[in-house]
Amino acid sequence: MGQAELIPHLFRTEYSKIVAVLTKLFGLEHIETAEDIASDTFLRASELWSINGLPENPVAWLYAVAKNKAINYLNRDKFFRQKIIGEIKVTSEQTEEIDIDLSTGNIADSQLQMMFAVCHPSIPSEAQIGLALRILCGFGIEEIAAAFLTNKETINKRLHRAKTKLREENVAITLPPQPEIQQRLSNVLTTLYLLFNEGYYSSVQDTLIRKDLCLEAMRLTTMLTLNEQTSLPAVYALLALMSFQSSRFDARTDANGETVLYHDQDDSLWDKELIRQGEYFLNLSSTGPIASKYHYEAGIAYWHTIKRDSPEKWEQILQLYNQLLLLEYSPIAALNRTYALSKARGKELAIAEAEKLRLEENHLYHSLLGELYTGINNIEAVKHLQTALSLTKSQADKNIISAKLDAMVQNEQRAT
Amino acid sequence: MKEFLLIYRADQNSVAQRSPEEMQASTQQWMDWLGGIAAQNQLTSNGHRLVNEGKVVKGSVVTDGPFTELKEAVGGYSIIKAASLEEATEISKGCPIHKVGGSVEIRQLDKM
Repeated sequence: MGQAELIPHLFRTEYSKIVAVLTKLFGLEHIETAEDIASDTFLRASELWSINGLPENPVAWLYAVAKNKAINYLNRDKFFRQKIIGEIKVTSEQTEEIDIDLSTGNIADSQLQMMFAVCHPSIPSEAQIGLALRILCGFGIEEIAAAFLTNKETINKRLHRAKTKLREENVAITLPPQPEIQQRLSNVLTTLYLLFNEGYYSSVQDTLIRKDLCLEAMRLTTMLTLNEQTSLPAVYALLALMSFQSSRFDARTDANGETVLYHDQDDSLWDKELIRQGEYFLNLSSTGPIASKYHYEAGIAYWHTIKRDSPEKWEQILQLYNQLLLLEYSPIAALNRTYALSKARGKELAIAEAEKLRLEENHLYHSLLGELYTGINNIEAVKHLQTALSLTKSQADKNIISAKLDAMVQNEQRAT
Repeated sequence: MKEFLLIYRADQNSVAQRSPEEMQASTQQWMDWLGGIAAQNQLTSNGHRLVNEGKVVKGSVVTDGPFTELKEAVGGYSIIKAASLEEATEISKGCPIHKVGGSVEIRQLDKM
């Protein structure tokens, strides 16, 4: 890797580690100080490495510089230093030297604890994702703005407000105690799931950013599996789900950046390694008494890694959606269940059920009915597709629906 | 939306005598019916089946269940949401219990 790519790459991997360790040491109220020290360290790196060339061990160099900057900061601010000393163990009674522990173990612990702090229920989920991207994934503010289809000012404000709230709530950089940890873990998983979806479903044109978001979500989820307090079945189920979904990433857009629907995808482009990985995690998740929604979603995603239709495939998917809906309702699950019903039991039954869903404001509802009515009652199908077209805000969706409408009109013309 | 308790009754003897295939088919039918209600966002609780054995206490007299007649024994319950008793009743017509000659009693929850 040339020097030009090395620093951004290292920023991604090491920024969050340095911030996590320093924030744990200073306390969450001083997270901005930790971020400044980390940013300054990278600034120094880009200044010195361009003059002196790359050091032999770039990571060790970064850690050494970050440590020095942190110690200098503490030495300049005597009150702050006393406060820190008062709260932690010191390495030596005589010199009162503060140990800035950048060992692998402490880095891993600090990052995990930071994850719980960042995915705190007191701040809105957009802010949780934004903070996760900034602090845990080392994304730049511009990158985050691009991912959310907004501007730097909005993101800066959002992150600033979130940090203020975390300060007000006295959120600590520590794993929640046993009785709370299940509930808090559930929050963390929701945030990671949303982060993944930002990458998977977003309408951002840049597929590199989107893939990045998916990979970061998977990396953070994997971190949870490395600590026995947090390596619960639901976490493995979520990892399985993310692996299965990601496997189709390269097949989902064509050379022009247009969306390729599942049926039209070239399944030789599906990543078999990711599918195998998903199966591995799915197996690991099938322990314990609790089936979480991620278990059902992972099961459904597993069936979608098999492109060929079969009665068994759709019957299994239908039953998994039944279970999922019994656990937790969502309009998407309801619509997908109805589609599975049509494949397992026929379109007429599915149409009857679909019309009870009361989702007329939802463009996906009309897309579904357009699909279901096709071949049964093409006039109704066209009406629903036109409604879907008028309701959707995504250009990619508009293109797909328009293509369907054109195909139907052509078929009608050929018939007459 | 109002909430309604659905009380399922069936002949527990004939229910117990079904073959494994019949039981599996029945489970699938129940999952489909409840799943359909859940998809409409009208399922408050899919409820529980009830164990057949139990007791009845009346005053100071305790008797072993089941209760009333075996043919009409309560086998389980669910709670659904609906705009009216009529709608809840319509929904109940789709219950798989009718296939085994059972019944559904529908009672609105009285929220005070």
